Amino acid sequence: MTAELALLLAQDGVANGAIYVLAALGIVLVFLVTRVVFVPFGDLIAYASLTLAALQEGRRPGIVWLVLLLAGLALLFELAGRQRKWGRALLAYGVLPCLPVAAAFLLAGRALPPLVEMALTIGLILPIAPLLYRIAFRPIADASVLVLLIVAVVLHFAISGIALMVFGPEGARPRLLTTASFEIGGLFFPGQMLLMLAASALATLLLALFFGFTLSGKALRATAVNRVGARLVGIRPGAAGATAFLLASALAAASGILIGPVTTLFYDSGFVIGLKAFVGAIIGGLVSYPGAVLGALFVGLLESFTAFWNSALKEVVVFAVLVPVLILRSALQRHGAEEEPEEDGL
Amino acid sequence: MTALLQADDVHVAYGRIEAVRGVSLSLQAGQIVTVIGPNGAGKTTLLAALMGLLPARGRIAYDGADLAGLDVEARVERGLCLVPERRELFTEMSVADNLVLGAYAHRRDRAGLRARLDEVYGLFPRLAERRGQSAGTLSGGERQMLALGRALMGRPRLLLLDEPSLGLAPLIVREIFRIITGLRATGVSILLVEQNARAALESADYGYVLETGQIGLHGPAGALLGDPRLSALYLGGETG
Repeated sequence: MTAELALLLAQDGVANGAIYVLAALGIVLVFLVTRVVFVPFGDLIAYASLTLAALQEGRRPGIVWLVLLLAGLALLFELAGRQRKWGRALLAYGVLPCLPVAAAFLLAGRALPPLVEMALTIGLILPIAPLLYRIAFRPIADASVLVLLIVAVVLHFAISGIALMVFGPEGARPRLLTTASFEIGGLFFPGQMLLMLAASALATLLLALFFGFTLSGKALRATAVNRVGARLVGIRPGAAGATAFLLASALAAASGILIGPVTTLFYDSGFVIGLKAFVGAIIGGLVSYPGAVLGALFVGLLESFTAFWNSALKEVVVFAVLVPVLILRSALQRHGAEEEPEEDGL
Repeated sequence: MTALLQADDVHVAYGRIEAVRGVSLSLQAGQIVTVIGPNGAGKTTLLAALMGLLPARGRIAYDGADLAGLDVEARVERGLCLVPERRELFTEMSVADNLVLGAYAHRRDRAGLRARLDEVYGLFPRLAERRGQSAGTLSGGERQMLALGRALMGRPRLLLLDEPSLGLAPLIVREIFRIITGLRATGVSILLVEQNARAALESADYGYVLETGQIGLHGPAGALLGDPRLSALYLGGETG
């Protein structure tokens, strides 16, 4: 392999990795705050891409029905519960999710500026994860990680079924956001690729600032570190969870908008993207944001290089790498666990 | 004068096992009241129920209003703050962040936060020295100070303290109790749960003795200290 080829593959790998970075950050964020491995995360990426494509083709995106269905269910849950704040419930679960839906009904079919199309796509994806949280996870917030994981898997299959109905089996590919391209040092950079890298870097930076310097960000971290401690200073786990899922939705929408124009996505292709991002997050330890970023980039690079050697094996290698990583991790952890009883004995 | 905290016939059960069985107690504003008793008497369970962390039967009134139906966070917003036995600190975050989050219930009052932070640093100069350090690296005594400081950031009217002396060296225990008694002057009422009966009674106005989920003896702290039944039960072997 020549150095030039390696550079080309690395470039491709980092670009793919950038999308996995966004997804891995969302998965780690949701896991830390709510202990939910949010399996449907990848699905939202595909829905964002399909929604943007539909808007560009002048069709009303099918996602509106999913949003309406979830909002209706969430509202039902709120009203059936012992909630006394009906006004707030109506606003959060009835009015807010319906705003982008109403906009989609009004604007679909017209020629829209690309920025409006993207904003509308983000607006339609944003309510989905928080609504899923309200319906499926908040009522069982204290369940074990395994139960939460099983529910997440079930949720993935349930909304995949709905997605097939509302999006149809055809794939879609939104237009490139930019057709500009640049040549730097003999390497050719399509504008879309630079956008992916920039968006990923920007999201990582914004998240770091959010967690490091804002009270809401610190409250999310506090909930992740110590749930009881967080409650004792007045941080509601339900509100923290909703915020985490809202951020996850935003990350998924951004990923979908960015990756859609370079790969045709179907209603069910998000799952594998989410799974690879999850692999990246696990390589990073599942509890660390910098770890997730590095793990996701590693997955992107690994995928790109294996695809060159044997494209049939690219998925196999990405998932198989989990085995040695997990063995290594558990070996390191067992070492830590052995030290504890000694401390107790002292 | 109505009591700041009034618990009547409180029962708390883990499944079918009742850990607290019909406890009634009362605390006037400005008082330090202690609940002492051996390990496993139900002291921590009682505090958890008062805080809303565990469901309880019976009536708990705070500041004249029934607490039933209020979750933990709503109780914190009303000035009820618990310093739990396990401290429950945000170990991966800095001392300063822990304290700032302590004021989360009053997050709209940005100006008050600064002043409150300075007060807590004044009370615990050690925390000021270590403000940038992560809470997980603190010593046991410093952790207890941080837990106390974090609760004080929430502007408590009633502070629930669970075993503040647990696992600490005698010198630090004395320092912690000095600070606790000093808090009374700032208008904070305290419900102090302790195994260290003598130290607790020496700083309290009134004491309750909890034994296997029920209140046995109770009375003014000074009287309890001299009560031969209590000495026989708990203080017999201790040399202070």
